[in-house]
Amino acid sequence: MTERLDDRQFAILTATVAATLATHLGHLPIWLAASLAILLPLRAWTRRRGAAAVGAWIRLPLTALLFVLVITNFGNVFGREPGSVLGCGLLALKLLETEKVRDARVALGFAAFVLMSALLFAQSLLFTLLICAVLVLLLAALVALQPAPIAPSQPWRAPLRLAALLLGAGLPLAAAAFVLVPRLGSPLWGSPGNDTLARTGLSERMAPGDLTQLLIDDSPAFRVDFDGAVPPPQQRYFRAIVLWDFDGTNWTRGRLHDYGPPEALKDAGAPIDYTITLEPTDRRWLPALDLPLGAPATTRLGADRTLIANAQVVQPRQYHVQSAPAYTLAPTLSTAQRTRALALPDAFDPRSRALAGRWRAEGRDDDAVVHATLELFHASFTYTLSPPLLGRDSVDDFLFDTQRGFCEHYSSAFVFLMRAAGIPARVVTGYQGGWWSAANRYLLVRQSDAHAWAEVWMTGLGWQRVDPTAAVSPARIERGAAAANGSAGWAQSDWLRGLRNQLDFANRLWTEGIIGFDALRQKGLLTPFGVTDANPGDLLLMLSAALGIAMLIAAAWAMWGSPRRHGDALDQAWARLGTRLARAGIAPLPSEGPFDLRQRAHAAAPALSAMLDPLIEDYVSLRYGIGEPAPERIAAFTVAVRKLRVPQRVQTS
Amino acid sequence: MSASIAGLRTRVLAAAERRLPALTRLRRTEPLPIRLDRRRIYVLPTRFGLGFAALLFVMLLGALNYGNNPALLLTCLLGAAAGASVFFGFRILSGLSLQRLRADETHAGEPLRLHLCFTPGARVRPSLRLRRGDTETAFAVQANVDCDAALSVPDTRRGWFRPGRIRVWTEYPLGLFQLWSWLHPDSEFLIYPARETPPPPLPSGDGRLGEQLNAGASEEHAGLRDYHPTDASRLIAWKASVRHDSLLVRDVERRSGEALTLDYAGLRGLDTEARIRRLTAWVLIAESAQRSYTLRLPNETIGPGLGASQRRECLRALALLPADGAHD
Repeated sequence: MTERLDDRQFAILTATVAATLATHLGHLPIWLAASLAILLPLRAWTRRRGAAAVGAWIRLPLTALLFVLVITNFGNVFGREPGSVLGCGLLALKLLETEKVRDARVALGFAAFVLMSALLFAQSLLFTLLICAVLVLLLAALVALQPAPIAPSQPWRAPLRLAALLLGAGLPLAAAAFVLVPRLGSPLWGSPGNDTLARTGLSERMAPGDLTQLLIDDSPAFRVDFDGAVPPPQQRYFRAIVLWDFDGTNWTRGRLHDYGPPEALKDAGAPIDYTITLEPTDRRWLPALDLPLGAPATTRLGADRTLIANAQVVQPRQYHVQSAPAYTLAPTLSTAQRTRALALPDAFDPRSRALAGRWRAEGRDDDAVVHATLELFHASFTYTLSPPLLGRDSVDDFLFDTQRGFCEHYSSAFVFLMRAAGIPARVVTGYQGGWWSAANRYLLVRQSDAHAWAEVWMTGLGWQRVDPTAAVSPARIERGAAAANGSAGWAQSDWLRGLRNQLDFANRLWTEGIIGFDALRQKGLLTPFGVTDANPGDLLLMLSAALGIAMLIAAAWAMWGSPRRHGDALDQAWARLGTRLARAGIAPLPSEGPFDLRQRAHAAAPALSAMLDPLIEDYVSLRYGIGEPAPERIAAFTVAVRKLRVPQRVQTS
Repeated sequence: MSASIAGLRTRVLAAAERRLPALTRLRRTEPLPIRLDRRRIYVLPTRFGLGFAALLFVMLLGALNYGNNPALLLTCLLGAAAGASVFFGFRILSGLSLQRLRADETHAGEPLRLHLCFTPGARVRPSLRLRRGDTETAFAVQANVDCDAALSVPDTRRGWFRPGRIRVWTEYPLGLFQLWSWLHPDSEFLIYPARETPPPPLPSGDGRLGEQLNAGASEEHAGLRDYHPTDASRLIAWKASVRHDSLLVRDVERRSGEALTLDYAGLRGLDTEARIRRLTAWVLIAESAQRSYTLRLPNETIGPGLGASQRRECLRALALLPADGAHD
């Protein structure tokens, strides 16, 4: 176990470590990513030139430096982010000192751990498959550490093939174990999801331009199964967050958003029943089709009729909601609410205020002001995902100078103008549109479908949804975000988008079947097999049974293909001749040599000797002659034995 | 400390050997061929295997704790693959058959090269390893190619050498499990005595001319005889062979000039082993000088003669001479 690694072994080890670290690249701080990108190739290069392991005098300071950097960056070394950064750094440092097979094994074991921890950051099907591919590489590296390979000229092929074979062989048992391993009722340590996260998703704060990152993110946000008919695109507004307060730059929920009873709902039309499967957001809001009638279990209906979960959504979450597409929301508005819905920051955006004042001075009523604004947008504004930057007076700049932007700009400017004109208004963010999978009958809503619109309060009508973006780019609402953004480069091309939409079905199965497989689903899956209450004891028993069956099958396979054979090909042919002769009553005796046998055969069955004699002569010369017999002669002898026809039992008097 | 642990280990193994011969397979020698099957292949996890199991357990707990199902799935997959690796390793050993054992000609004190010839089969068997005492070797059995694994035995003494137990083992494919079996073939090898170095000069002959043994052969054929497979190729008389249409060799045994007597009793003043070393050196020198010689030992006299069989017989007699010394 103390052999120095040869070049092929070190190469596959380095490749494995590099691939493992690459799976973490998405969240590593730039200083670590850069040092890894320098360190690994440097080590591979110096070793190829014959350098020994990096000495402890340089490794120990580097390790200490790593700890210091992690602590100064994150405050401690525990938790998901600092832990993974530390793990990646230590893995790279381990590679620096790896010279022997034993070190390499330790490094690979640790790499397996680091690899699994990458799944704490992303769990998509594609990412898991990527991790699986690195796992193949990792096992191949372990195989390559074995001495005396069968084909040293092809150092990669055989280990990779064997590694894939091993994982394939393990798949049935792994699937059984996955289904049967008892899930923990409550976490043993920590509180999953308490880490501060950088997951993309709707934020509870909106400043025009913020959403750009989200709008180019094609990952799924949630999927919707409708019990009945699918609402038309114009009705697919999924409400998530209502923003009341504007400080000149940001729209926020305000401190009081959670409290108070839900706003009253009147004249709700026929409800739509549907189930949403939400990807983890690490936040508490839940999207629901405008306008949810009630809150599912473990959620609340906020004052502004948005759904709020009791805990952050760190795992995919499925919930059933009823919504009314036609409604009258809050027919009466309290004074406090009216004040809040009209509040504007002082000393911001004077030109916009002046414009609203001008409209009012012209004697326009609420409706006319709304329409004037929409007409203004429609006449001279452009929808674009790459708008120019806005200055301090963001609404003024947008309305009078740049006139280019997307939903955030329009909803923000619209609500500002409404408030300036004395019409209660607020911003609503959520998702709009989605892609309907006709084959699999579900609606896929991506992060890029994120949207912001406005609600204005009209006397007698309550809160009315107004989407100013629709005035600028009707396609955005009718045909979705993709149509509005146009095709920008190959990544946005239609066929690729179509392909991705088709493939989303696999993602959906993955999310619902694997990621969302919890104790409840486990129970549900086992009920048809007569396991009504899947308590941990029963599950472990079944797991043991599965393990036993797998062991039996594997053992049968391992034994198979190595039948116990006595002697070589010649011995076997001779044994076959013996069984043939036994049928004629001339079974060879253990004490008998070939010539004795021939003599006895002569006496017992003289007719046979013409065929038998040459065979026995042959055998004796093959078996007892000088030198190894030629394989062709043995083959010929085997054929001759097979051709020998022996009459059934010969009567001997 | 480590010495006492090693001593304890040896004692425990010896006790196990006494009590549970079937378990340890240390006892009996077996005739060749020795074929490994499931009854004699043993498995234990390696230290790395135990560490890996602990790692898997930690990963399992982590995945369960964070409710991370993809991580749980991959942990299960890794564990199942690790478990499956036992059976892959088993297939490497199972059905392996030691066909022959041979050794190169060795003089005492030189390392002995022990060649283990395994039957080739349809199955490829990489990463096999052999250990005997402190020496180890790794080899691979290719499909349908004769395999010859060489094991070096460092210190050798003259006389019969039994290879004893040879451990054949593998950690293939992942190094998580060690599978092993014992080979204890009943073969024996003769190790020739050491040669004295530097080689001493040959004793002066006693002056008698060698008897003309080849009387009766015709002039032309003098010193030639038919080729035997054991003859060295350098002895073949090519020209004569072409003339006679069959391989002929120079009959060196009869080309002796002066008879040489290598006498054990004549070497007074040396101890037994020193005498044997000197006689061995003389036999080899006489052979390379192509001089006929007679070896006189206390109990037997070999020769006069020259050639492979004479040499073999002499070296064998010298190797097997009792160690306590034959009386002068």
